[in-house]
This record gives sequence, structure tokens and C-alpha cells, in this order.
Amino acid sequence: MIKVKNAFKKMDYEEALESNIESLEWIAEHNGQFGHFIGGRFTKPNNLFKTINPFNKKEIAKISQGTVNDIKKSVQAARSGLEKWQSIDPFQRSKYLYAIARYIQKESRTISVLESMENGKSIRESRDIDIPLAARHFYYHAGWAKLIDDEFPDYSAVGVCGQIIPWNFPILMLAWKVAPAIAAGNSVILKPAEQTSLTALYFAEICKRIKLPEGVVNVVTGDGLTGSHLVTQKDISKVAFTGSTEVGKEIKKNIAGSGKALTLELGGKSPFIIFEDADLDSAVEGLVDAIWFNQGQVCCAGSRLLLQETISTKVEKKILSRMKKLRFGNPLDKSIDMGPLVSFQQQSRVKGLVDKGVESGADIFQCDIPSNLKGYFYPPTLLKNVSPSMEIFQKEIFGPVLSSTTFRTPEEAISLANNSRYGLSASIWSENINLALDIAPKLKVGVVWINSTNVFDAAVGFGGYRESGYGREGGKEGMYEYLKFNSDHYQLKGEKVLKKNISVKKKSIPYIDQTRKMFIGGTQKRGDSGHSIGIFDNQREEIATVGRGNRKDLRDAVEAANKQMNWAMLSSHARAQIMYYIAENLSQRRDYFISLLSSTSLCLNPLQEFDTTLERIFTFASWADKFDGVVHQVPIRAKTIALNEPVGVMGIICPDFAPLASFITLIAAALCQGNRLIVIPSENFPLPAVDMYQIFDTSDVPAAAINIVTGKHNELINTLSEHNSVDGIWNFGDSKYQTNIDRASVSNLKQIWSINGNNVNWINYHASFNKLLLRKSSQVKNIWIPYGE
Amino acid sequence: MLRPLDENFNKREMDPVIVKNSGVPLHLEFINEVRINKSAVEKRCASVINRRTVKKHNQAAWLLKAITCMDLTTLSGDDTEGRIVRLCNKAKSPLRNDLLENLGVEALNIKVGGVCVYHQFIRTALDILRGSNIPVVAVSTGFPAGHTPKKTKILEIKESIKSGAQEIDIVISRRHVLSGNWKKLYDEISEYKEASGNACLKTILATGELGTLKNVAKASLVCMMAGANFIKTSTGKETINATLPFTLVMTRAIREYFELTGFAVGYKPAGGISSTKDCLSHMILIKEELGSKWLNPSLFRLGASSLLSDIERQIEHFTTGQYSSFNRHGIA
Repeated sequence: MIKVKNAFKKMDYEEALESNIESLEWIAEHNGQFGHFIGGRFTKPNNLFKTINPFNKKEIAKISQGTVNDIKKSVQAARSGLEKWQSIDPFQRSKYLYAIARYIQKESRTISVLESMENGKSIRESRDIDIPLAARHFYYHAGWAKLIDDEFPDYSAVGVCGQIIPWNFPILMLAWKVAPAIAAGNSVILKPAEQTSLTALYFAEICKRIKLPEGVVNVVTGDGLTGSHLVTQKDISKVAFTGSTEVGKEIKKNIAGSGKALTLELGGKSPFIIFEDADLDSAVEGLVDAIWFNQGQVCCAGSRLLLQETISTKVEKKILSRMKKLRFGNPLDKSIDMGPLVSFQQQSRVKGLVDKGVESGADIFQCDIPSNLKGYFYPPTLLKNVSPSMEIFQKEIFGPVLSSTTFRTPEEAISLANNSRYGLSASIWSENINLALDIAPKLKVGVVWINSTNVFDAAVGFGGYRESGYGREGGKEGMYEYLKFNSDHYQLKGEKVLKKNISVKKKSIPYIDQTRKMFIGGTQKRGDSGHSIGIFDNQREEIATVGRGNRKDLRDAVEAANKQMNWAMLSSHARAQIMYYIAENLSQRRDYFISLLSSTSLCLNPLQEFDTTLERIFTFASWADKFDGVVHQVPIRAKTIALNEPVGVMGIICPDFAPLASFITLIAAALCQGNRLIVIPSENFPLPAVDMYQIFDTSDVPAAAINIVTGKHNELINTLSEHNSVDGIWNFGDSKYQTNIDRASVSNLKQIWSINGNNVNWINYHASFNKLLLRKSSQVKNIWIPYGE
Repeated sequence: MLRPLDENFNKREMDPVIVKNSGVPLHLEFINEVRINKSAVEKRCASVINRRTVKKHNQAAWLLKAITCMDLTTLSGDDTEGRIVRLCNKAKSPLRNDLLENLGVEALNIKVGGVCVYHQFIRTALDILRGSNIPVVAVSTGFPAGHTPKKTKILEIKESIKSGAQEIDIVISRRHVLSGNWKKLYDEISEYKEASGNACLKTILATGELGTLKNVAKASLVCMMAGANFIKTSTGKETINATLPFTLVMTRAIREYFELTGFAVGYKPAGGISSTKDCLSHMILIKEELGSKWLNPSLFRLGASSLLSDIERQIEHFTTGQYSSFNRHGIA
């Protein structure tokens, strides 16, 4: 009992290991080898590779590398699973999700231990955070499965979904993917990361135990190659990926033009902003949860510390002394803060980036990792005096490395925070609610945590702006990602005859020459090219010319739109007023527009089209101050506000058909949400758009909120799609451009929405299509506001 | 190539030279700067007790430490000399001898940190505790509400010291905190400090009556500036007593004060801690925020009356592997 005496003197912690007996037993039941889970059965283990415990570098089990053949079989299984699943009513489907949630809870200890063994995360985190959240996701989505018909009447399931998840939160990411997909009535093929397949396979076994219909959930293991086979399968309707931005872009390129729906949840370099009036000790503790949670291998890790100059020295001192308290060890030890990184590759990557940071001039400060630890550990690191021009300020490290920078004013904090390609999340620490709520909407991120960090709930959507991806996971917004809008609600049926006004005939009688320019930055500008295009009426007469826009015109338009901040900052009431004013001014020119529309065969009924157009402006002006966000019920003492924010600078490519109604519908929907627009009007009959310039001018539309560049679509679309200052594109033009647009938009991952606008019934679509337009013209930002004094 | 920012960084614990607090002038600027975020404080409390655990022999050791830091307390209207005698005898031998032998800690001479009584019983306690080195702690200044005249409060302290109390637990005037009158609070404690001379002065904040965590932090700082040797949460008579958020806020205030002045002030949670689990949670939080140095009787006391019997049962369970029962241990 000398141990007690010594411990009494030391008053320290000692290793307290969670038992791994049950987990090892489960692996042994499978003889340490696992096949895929396809069509409700485990396949024979084949093409085996090892999965390694990063703490002791020992093999845990052998996993099968999925081949094209395995993927094809799983797609078949998922297709027949889809039929079975959809033949069951929502209440029954809901019961299955509920059963999954219960089983995750009942088996929580075994799952937690497996997770920590394979990933290296501390048992505290897998036990207290990952697994409870995974169960919560299934509970929450069991609810949506039940409510699906009531709440999404205009939508149906997408179909077979291919889902690829990363190694940092294996079971949680599985839950984020599988739960909404099957709740919405889809079937899935899930490919876990090759480093961490075990909990996905354990989950597969749960699906079997609860007798989930075969083929609804399939798990195919393997590395990136298996994943690339999966996303390119023809019979997959949706791809959902969480992982690195590089791979996300690769996937987007691979499936460009395929029409597959896509959700990407990618990297981040999230700011953690501490103002001088924050509870500094709590902020430092928040930082521990932000950057040393899961060894910093978190997409939304608060890796860029922004400190107000007045308190920077004080806070840095606090961080250093807090770092000394971090404990490292066996992930199964209940008294540690950090385990090893997931793999040798990850360890080398982090080390390489940190070394570069030091070379570029940052001051480094690191903890000592006890020398007896032989796993893939990397010490918690603080890099001080990091400038935005250094790579470590910009590049995602995905490790326990914090870069610290100072700021002087709130304005500067915002510009530093937004100085990133990414836009996933941000933390704001201040006891001043005026300040915090002023900053939150100005950050270009999908999630803002005020006086908190890394808080999640199934009811609150998660996802990023910019190159952090698109789509949301969780919340109602996450459900939409697995549903498709019923195309009967907007598509033209049957008889439409679309004759283009292409002609060779020249006008025979003299007329006052009409040369329309571009509309850029609020003024009418002559195109850069000096060329123009003739526009013909249904008599094949050239009735006007418009400028033939080129890349420079687009450049100027995007530049102008980016400088135009007023429109988004205007109150929704003010935006509505301006839109009503546009309608008012347009109505005064009724006769002119009707006669203009009468001159083209692209308009089927000029009178009706004009009146519909006026009504559309009213519709979206009405929506301007009504498409509100929501306040979520979350399980902690906090209000979580889901704000609908504009996408930003949007490119809109208009169809030929219904040249006035389609143009106005699209711009009105996007404008009412506060977007700034670059519009490429109909190629064959842009005159209604062009003739709106004067109306915009006289209706108090702020300069450059709407920019219009006319010309040949094939000459404009690539430049617009590639432009890194454009945040989203609606392609309602010819669907032949879709692949190009998808590919060209990869560099900044702008949000793309494509519908063939020549097939849309612009005059008489179902009212629910308006809601879809509104949803596509906005993105959700969730702001977590804990409270209490 | 990697160079550390601070050469001393790799010393794992904050290593205070224990300097008894002699107080500093009232620095209102520090009081005004106090910011406490309740949600973040609660989150830290909820998370820290799941981040650390002590098991088996280590838990036994921590519980022994808790005993040595315990101010065994009786503060009831029905206290009698007989009751005090029993309490003091328990204080001298808090654990059964066979348990001490089994743990191999006889040489540690385990006894409680102090015995806490009303003024009336100081002499009785001193009689029984003579030779044990266990200090007698007297509550004072109109305990528990503190609404007696200033004059009698000072007199009460002086009389207790004269009677032989080595430690004085005073109650602060909550009204000074609630009205934001920090100067008055500071002056009040300064006078108590003067009256208590060399005795250890513990200031009871009655945290459950201060309304907000921010007030708790501010009152903690003011008491320390005025010379408190310990800051203590509660009288045990408020409806909310020693909770983890109070411990977090007060230990952080102690750390702040230590960093500002170099004076190490002790911490005494009191009231409401009756289970081993609660006790260990507070100790873990103190170790995390202040370091192991604070886990000894000169800087940490636990005000408790029923905790000891739960600790005894846990220690017996550790030595025998069987769950214990209350009737197997002598009561106070």
C-alpha cells in the first residue's frame, strides 16, 4: 500500500483505462476480418488491409478494400433497398430510425471504445460527445421521417445516395449522413474512411439487428479509390462528401454535368475572436475546446486566434499556462485531453506545415509530449505573431496548432476573420451583446458561436460558405439536401413550341437606331469588345442591337457588384419598397413592353406575360420581409438563431423562353434576399432585360445591385463561372452549358443551381416554386447565443 | 529550430512560494474589469469532471487528503458541549485504525484540517484538541447573516482570539456587494483583518446570496485585497452553497490575485458537499485551475459535516472490495 502514501504526496492523476474487452470480443467474433455490408449481409472479407491503432501502431483488424464490383453490387442492393424503403409508410420508417438511435445508446460503450482505438481520440470525447450526438441525430431524424409528408409536400426522395465520410468523427459523420438520407426516404451506400471503418461496420450490424430492410443502408469499405468508384456510378442520384477541400473539388469535377445532387462539407480555418471585454479565462477554456478538441482534427477547429491588441499579452500568457495542464496518453485513459493524431501521414503533414510557419517568422511554443508515448502524437502548438500573408494563417493544418494574430478594432477583426478562402465557422467572445450581435452577421461563415465553440445539435444546420463547401447537415435545411423538388410544379407540359428568332433578313425601312449598352455599376456602359449582336423579331427583322459582352465586361460587372454592399445592408422593408417601385415604374410602360413581347415568338402571350411579371415583382417584394429565419430549440441554455443570408454576388443566366417573365422572376427572387447580381439575359431576345435599365435607374435601385451583360452565352459563361468573386450561379440557360459551369466553378466552390429555363412554365408555375427560389437565393447561418447571468 | 517562448514553460505546475496574504490597497480597476460568462463557466464545470478521474489507490489517497483539509463543522442552535466533545474526538481520529493500517498510512498522521464551531465552544474544543495541532475555527461577525453592529463584530473577533481560536471565519456584509459598495466591503474586511491579528482570516461570501457569479468574483477580489487568507463560499445556511461554478469563479479569482500580487490565498468551499464524488469534483477543479500546491490544508479547506462518513465508507470499500455501511464507522 506504499502506492497510497506516494499518491497522497503527489496528488496527481494516474492512468485510468476504459475496458476494451467487449470491443475486442466483437472483433474476435469476426475473426479480426471484415467484409462489406451489402444488401443486408456481410460479404466475405477480401482484398484486406490493416486498420491501425495510432496510439500503439498495432493492427486492430483487417478491412476489405472495396472494388468497382463491390460498388456496383452495393448500388444494385441500394436500388432494391430504395423500393422496399419507399413502399413503407413514414411512421414505419420512423420506427426504424428510432430503433437505431436506441441501439447506439445501448451499445454506446462498445462503440466509443472502438472509435477511440481506431481514431486515437480520447474516450471522454467519444463517450461524452460523439456517440451521444450520433444518437441524437437519429432521434431527431426519426422525427423528420414521421413528418415528411406534412412538412415537405412538394418534395420527394432523391434516390440512391453515395456518401463518403472522413476519419475525424467516424460514427458522428455517419449519423450526419445516414440519418437525414434515410429519413427522407433514400437508400445509401456509405464509404467510411479507410483509417476508421470499424464503427461503420458495427453500425451495419445494428441495422441488421433491428431488421432494417435489406439494401437501405450499405457500407463499402476502402480507400479513396473505392470512393471515386462510388461517386461516378450512374445510378447514384446524390453524392454527399465530408473531407478535404481538395478531394471535394475533385468529386465536383468528376460528377460535373451529371445532374447528381451534391453536398460538400469541407475544410476550414475558423477564426476565434477574443475582444477585450470577454471573460478571458472562459475564452481560453473555449480555445481548448476549439483547437485541442480531437487533436485539432476538426473541420471547424478555431485555428486562427484573433486577439484584441489591448489584451493579447495577457491572453497569450493564459493560453501558455493552460497548455501546461493538457494531458496526453492512451486514448482509452479517462484522464487525458489528447491522444495521438490518426496516422503517420497526418503527423508528418502537420509537422511540415508548422515547420514552414516557423521558417516564415512565427514564434512557436509547444508542450512536451511524455517521451514514453510512442504513437503518432503531435504536441499542442501556439504560433504567435502570425500574419495573414503567411501560409499558416490561410492553410488548413488539421492538427493541434493555433495561430495567433492581433487586431485593433472590431472592423479589423471582421476583415481579418473574413480574409480566408474558407467560411465554415467562427467564435466570438465578448460580454457585450451589442458587439457580438454586430459582428456575427458580418462574418462569412455558416456557423457562429458566441461565447462558446464547437457546440452542435441535430436541430441546427451545420455547413459552410465559400470553399468550406455547400449544403447543410442537420436541421430542416439539412433535410432539403436529401429531397428533390417535384418538377411537375414548374415544368412545361407537352405542347410548347419554341421558335428562336434567328434570321438573316435585314430591316427594310429606316428607323431610329436603337443600340443598347450593358448595365454595369448603375450606368449604361458600352461593351469592351466594340461588337454588337443583332436582335430579331418574329418577322425576322433586326429590331435592335445589343452589346456583345466579353470577359472584361463581366470582370467590371463582378467588380462593381462586389463593391456594392448597400443592397444587402438595406432593411428588408427598404428592399421591398424599391421592388414595389420597380413594379410601379414598369406598369407605366405596359404598352411598350407588351408590344415588345409581341414581336418575339419566345413569348406565347404578351399580355399574360406582362401581367404575370408585374405580379412576380409583387410576390417577391412581399417575400422580402417575410422569408425569416427561425429560432431553434437546442438542448442547452441558448438561443440558436438561423438567419437566412443572401448568397452574395450571384450570376444569373437567363433562358430565352418568356424573356421578360423569366428574367424578372429570377432577379426579383434573388434581389429580395439581398443578393447582388450579374445577369446574362436571354441570348436571342435580351431586349426586355435591356429595356429595364431605365426602370432600375428611376426606381432607386442602388448602383451595381443589378448588373447586366448581354452577349453570346458561350462566350460569357466560362468567365462568369470561373470568377472567384462570384458566390453562386443560377444556370437557367441552355443545359448544354451545365457541365462547363460545374467544372469552371470548382476553384472557389460557388453554389450552382441548374434548371433548363426553357422548360419552365414561367407564366403559371406552382406557388411552391417561389419558395424554392427563395431558398436557393439564401443560405442559412446559425448563430449560437448562450445566455444567463 | 523550434524555440520555446518561455523557458519556464516546461515546468508542469504553477509553483507558488506560499506567501501569506497581507493585503493590498483596493484596486477598483481590477474589480471593474471582472467579466464572467455563466454559460461558459457551467460548461467548464460540466466538462472538467469528465476529463479527469481518480481511481482505486489514487482515489483513496485523494480522499485521505480531503480529510486532512476538512474543517469538521457543527454550527447549530442546539450545539452543546457534549456534541463538541464528540466532534473533536472524531477530528483527532477521523478514520478507523485498521483502515489506516491497511492503507499503510499510519505515519501520515491523518487528522482533519480544523474544527469549526461557534464562539461559545472554543474553549471546549481547545481542551479536547490539545496536543493534536488541529486548529479551532470560530465563525464570527454575526454569523450567519452578519447584521450585528460593527462594534460587536470587532469585539466578537477579538474575544474569539482571546479564547484561543486560531482561525476566524467571518461573514461579509452581503448588502455591500449587492449595492456595489466595494470600498465599504474593503474597509470592513480590513478592520476584521486588523482585529484578527495573526489568526487565519477566512471570509465567507455567502455566494448563494450574491445574485450573480460576477458579484462572487468581485467580492472574492475585494476580500483578498483587504487581506483575507482564505475565501470561503457559504455559511451552510443559504439555500445554494458550494457549487462547482462558485469554485471555478473563486479559484480563478485566487489565481488572478496570485498573479497580480504573489500572495497565495486559500479556498474553502463549504456547505452542500456531502458525497465523495462531489468532494473529488471540487478537488479536481482546484487542481486544474490552481495546481496541486493548493490541495493541502494551508490553502484548501472543505467545510463539511456529513462528508466524512461517506469518505470512510469509500475507503473501507477500497481496502476490502466490499461495499460498506454507515454503522461500521464511529460517528462524530
